[in-house]
Amino acid sequence: MPILIDENSKVLVTGLTGRIGSFHAEEMRAYGTNVVGGVTPGKGGTTHNGLPVFNTVKGAVKETDAEVAICFVPPPFAADSIMEAADAGICTCVCIADGIPAQDMIRVKRYMRRYRAEKRMRLIGPNCAGIISPGQAFAGLMPPHIYLPGRVGIVGRSGTLGYEAASQMKARGIGVSSSIGIGGDPINGSSFRDILELFENDPDTDAVVMVGEIGGPQEAEAAAYIRDHMSKPVAAYIAGLSAPKGRRMGHAGAIVSAFGESAQEKVEILGDAGVCIVPTPSAFGEVVEEMLAA
Amino acid sequence: MDIHEYQAKDLLRRFGVQVPRGGIAYSPEQAVYRASELSGDKWVVKAQIHSGARGKAGGVRICASEEEISDAAQWMLGRKLVTHQTGPRGKLVSRLYIEEATDIAQEIYLGFVMDRKEERVVVVASAEGGMEIEEISAREPDSIVRSVVDPAVGMQAFQAREIAFQLGLDPSLIAQAVKTITGCYRAMSELDANMVEINPMVVTRSGEIVALDAKLSFDDNALFRHPEISELRDKSQEDSRETFAEDRGLSYIGLDGRIGCIVNGAGLAMATLDMIKTSGGEPANFLDVGGGASPERVLMSFKAVLNDRNVEAILVNIFAGINRCDWIAEGVIRAVKELQLDMPLVVRLSGTNVEEGMRILAESGLNITTAETLADAAEKVVAAWKAADKQQAEAV
Repeated sequence: MPILIDENSKVLVTGLTGRIGSFHAEEMRAYGTNVVGGVTPGKGGTTHNGLPVFNTVKGAVKETDAEVAICFVPPPFAADSIMEAADAGICTCVCIADGIPAQDMIRVKRYMRRYRAEKRMRLIGPNCAGIISPGQAFAGLMPPHIYLPGRVGIVGRSGTLGYEAASQMKARGIGVSSSIGIGGDPINGSSFRDILELFENDPDTDAVVMVGEIGGPQEAEAAAYIRDHMSKPVAAYIAGLSAPKGRRMGHAGAIVSAFGESAQEKVEILGDAGVCIVPTPSAFGEVVEEMLAA
Repeated sequence: MDIHEYQAKDLLRRFGVQVPRGGIAYSPEQAVYRASELSGDKWVVKAQIHSGARGKAGGVRICASEEEISDAAQWMLGRKLVTHQTGPRGKLVSRLYIEEATDIAQEIYLGFVMDRKEERVVVVASAEGGMEIEEISAREPDSIVRSVVDPAVGMQAFQAREIAFQLGLDPSLIAQAVKTITGCYRAMSELDANMVEINPMVVTRSGEIVALDAKLSFDDNALFRHPEISELRDKSQEDSRETFAEDRGLSYIGLDGRIGCIVNGAGLAMATLDMIKTSGGEPANFLDVGGGASPERVLMSFKAVLNDRNVEAILVNIFAGINRCDWIAEGVIRAVKELQLDMPLVVRLSGTNVEEGMRILAESGLNITTAETLADAAEKVVAAWKAADKQQAEAV
């Protein structure tokens, strides 16, 4: 199976009855995702578009055995919702919210450490486009038709830039095993390294494309992992070569504030680790094709 | 969001941090009067702008007479100070802070940041105060003391004590130092600040620990729960292009080039700027229209881009997921017509409803260049901009 989600994964939507949650839940079902229900406090016991609604995540997990949760709760309340999912025994939680206060995320990360590593929920995002295993299922807000099913994994901070990579690959007949958005926030759930490890151990993935950007230590951390532990080839693009220092480029985390955080430095670190560098955002298809042929 | 030094000091004082006495002034006369309210025979006149390194730009002056205060205030007020943090446009001084002068025995650096590796608040301190932290890291890396705060319990007194002893403070000062350090942490945590920087924190000759300068920066995403902090915003310190966009919910960063950009998604927007640069152009801005952009929002984005008088060509790059290319196309057409756009415009659409979007653009009969890929779009806009530039030069 690909990573994190497949056609059998039971998916729970928190914030299901809201406008956005409702819309994307229907898109996900239309693609074949096994959505088993939703959570909206106070609306438990009702149904929404034929799906059962629960008051709490715990209640929903008890009734549906949901393993994946996708959180469409607005930023001020999202941290609470993530912690609720972690406590209810959800395996993977995807959080879409853009704008969660950084200190809330610090608390979320601290809270998740109360669970032993093997029982700890895997958080994807926040501020991400979600996860998809093309041809099987997705939990997120990506347009699923741009992905061709295949054997290359994608992991990236940006949603639309990930679409760009997937569509360039599709144009050359290259398919995707899973595409994972880790989000653009400075403090996020899963890191590049975490997802690379899943791809390295996934028998259905042959190679990985990484879409990074300026700011933070995660690309450098990924480079060390690739150099020391990965047998599969990796290609990487880093956005923000032209970004001025000290400015926040849209994503809360896209800001160069320390050594090693600029695009130039990250490209150099990844190149030294043996990663195939995608020099411009229009060269994803070409570089991945060459990498697979090598 | 950044605030002024005097506002930061006022906030920190409430958390038990000692600061020099001072008052705000908007005119040279008021500056002199403020000084007369303070005791002593020396005062500091400090320009209030959202930037560090004000001293080097002439924005901090020690004065020993009313005349000197008046002269310093006269020079600073209404002036745009340029520091390495303000950019070449500088920042306007419209308020002054008049402080009693402090007798400095020792200068210390004290900073609190959100560390992305630790995913926690980290305290950074050094006995080599007065310099910027980058300079300290480069010149005196061994002088830097770090401490990580566990968010479950907050900063503990022993951590502050360890820092104080590592800084080599006299044992008689430890209790004061602990109060200052833990006070700063509580301010950061309770007010949702991203950063607290006291540089320098000084030990006075009379044995007191005082925050001589203070910088607080707040998490924009948490302002909803701190209305009293939101009120401290000073628009005169912001780039007017950015304020216009921000007030309308657009994510915009002003840059120095000539090619305006309208893109969806922060990553794709950054990549588009990179692509323009690779193709030989310079971007005028970063702009993310966001998801689910209506024609009105696209029109608003054009207004934000055109607010920058340097813009001579525009590139629209949309990869629609939750967006719809037909809505974007309608917005582009409205913008061209309503704003009577007369500069090269290149539009690249991809994703949801792309055929419909391309059809709308083609049938409009307007002079809009379309592109299929990002590379194609960037090359076309740079070429069109250069051609228009040449034409204009020939006309002159």
